[in-house]
Amino acid sequence: MSWQLTRSRFVTRLLRSRWPQLLARAAALGGFVFVILSGLLGTPVGNRNFSIIFVWIAWWALLMLVAVPLLGRGWCSICPIPMPGEWLQTRAVLGPGPGWQERPQRRWPRALRNIWLQNGAFLLMALFSAVILTQPRVTALVLAAILLLAIGTSLVFERRAFCRHVCPVGGFIGLYSEISPVELRVRSTEICTTHTEKSCYRGSAEGYGCPWNIFPASMTTNTYCGLCMECLRTCPLDNVVISVRPPGVDLFDHRRRTLDETFKALIMLGSALLYSAVFLGPWGWLKSAAYSIGSAAWWGYALAFVLAVLGLIPSLFVAAVWTGNVLSGSRHAIRHTVNHFAPGLTPLGLAAWIAFSLSFAFANISYLWPVLSDPMGWGWDLFGTVDVRWTPYFMPWAPVVQAGVLVVGLGWATAATRRLAAEDRAYRSGIRTAPIAAFHLVVTGLLLWLLVG
Amino acid sequence: MTPVRDDRAAALPTWLRRAASTHRTHVLGALAALVIIAAPVPPQLRKPVERQVSVEAASFAFTPAVIRVNRGDRVTLDLIATDMVHGLYLDGYGIDVTAEPGKTETLTFVADRAGTFRFRCSVTCGALHPFMIGRLHVGSNTLLWRASALALLAIAVGFAESRR
Repeated sequence: MSWQLTRSRFVTRLLRSRWPQLLARAAALGGFVFVILSGLLGTPVGNRNFSIIFVWIAWWALLMLVAVPLLGRGWCSICPIPMPGEWLQTRAVLGPGPGWQERPQRRWPRALRNIWLQNGAFLLMALFSAVILTQPRVTALVLAAILLLAIGTSLVFERRAFCRHVCPVGGFIGLYSEISPVELRVRSTEICTTHTEKSCYRGSAEGYGCPWNIFPASMTTNTYCGLCMECLRTCPLDNVVISVRPPGVDLFDHRRRTLDETFKALIMLGSALLYSAVFLGPWGWLKSAAYSIGSAAWWGYALAFVLAVLGLIPSLFVAAVWTGNVLSGSRHAIRHTVNHFAPGLTPLGLAAWIAFSLSFAFANISYLWPVLSDPMGWGWDLFGTVDVRWTPYFMPWAPVVQAGVLVVGLGWATAATRRLAAEDRAYRSGIRTAPIAAFHLVVTGLLLWLLVG
Repeated sequence: MTPVRDDRAAALPTWLRRAASTHRTHVLGALAALVIIAAPVPPQLRKPVERQVSVEAASFAFTPAVIRVNRGDRVTLDLIATDMVHGLYLDGYGIDVTAEPGKTETLTFVADRAGTFRFRCSVTCGALHPFMIGRLHVGSNTLLWRASALALLAIAVGFAESRR
């Protein structure tokens, strides 16, 4: 059941045209460069600096509360980070044009064709997040480093290897885009298999070959599709469509899940739990430990964070799956079973991040008004809003919405786990999924206690 | 008995009967959720009293960071900033006080809303200022209890749904 947005000629023309996307990306690139400049040159006071307020409050809130749940990788389609690298890689700004041929470049190393680097990059940023989220200069340096890394990757490796395998943000957007009600797919795989040119993958005068290195006909989930629209432009048979569908159907696709994807889901879930404790909890010593990088307290914090996210939480999930195996007498390999049930973590993790972001964003979004008038903290008053006082918005209702989101996420995760069990005869057993549901319940209980308790 | 029930069902619009039949688990789950949400809170037996709490604000933390009072108590918070200027804004009540170092400022209010409320520093005090947060518990946290009950219900609905 889905409704094709590309049935509308207007929508198709809008998406095929390079101009709207280019303008959106150029505006985003301008904003990105301004964020780096304001971080480097502006006031070091975080909540008076555009870089901190715009990136970690305004952009983050839009990303986690709107863009990812509703549009999946919608942000990736206008993300400015790969843009300069792509210009250098393709030596074109607007598109390939007649006679275009892809320049031969190195393929991404086989051993790294997964999302382990993205998992590591996210974890690394998470360990330093108390400083990254609060120090404008650090935010600027991190963003500049990401931009330079994206450019360097584009110059050495083919297509968008950075987005697909390195970007710390792209990894979790891909994971949670499986929940999104928007998808890009081919209308008929038969048309693709008989189409000898494979212009969607190889490129043509109309557009580049899939920058994410995917053959669209083989795509069954949103995870690695960056919604860049190149295949929509290059397909001469109008076989690529964008549709609105029931949210979360990707969780039940039949592609084989891999351990790096399972760990992505566990790392994100664990990080949401720990962020809720560190940043939104009442424990000052924990915040100080997270902030005092290099001190003994920080090393203790970092060790505990890594052990919790990579050891404790995955161990508990594996233990739940293993218990289900034992109770139901299954002889399936534990690794296979863990990967099979990992998609159930996706709605739970997204709900956790939405709940976390709700209080974090709405408590602090009013810092945006003075910062818009005085982005550097230099005493300007461009729009007359510099004296707007800090006021938390929505706070009386935030806990109610947070609790609702977490409960819905838990129900969704449970139903998804049960359906994953039901789809494979080997897993059919109520007792099989009970320990996994208990794991989901414990995580939700902890989040409820941290965020609304 | 049976014909009466059939007559009542027939009185419902067809779409509603179809929806109720197809989504029986969801309908029952929604009804149970409504019961949990609307369930009355047991009355508080303790008499409201005057409470005075000294809250020290320093290094991105309030001490005590967790305060418990009963609903109806008249609460006076003495805010003492020891390192720099700090504020205390109470979510849900929308009240605010600012204290300079060495001076004690008071915030008095009647805790007439039950639940758990965050209090946060309202004066920029350094890098971790947005995360300088404490908790005020007024009576029992019915939201947490209701949400916990709804979480158990969500598990039950998730299991029941997939059995169909």
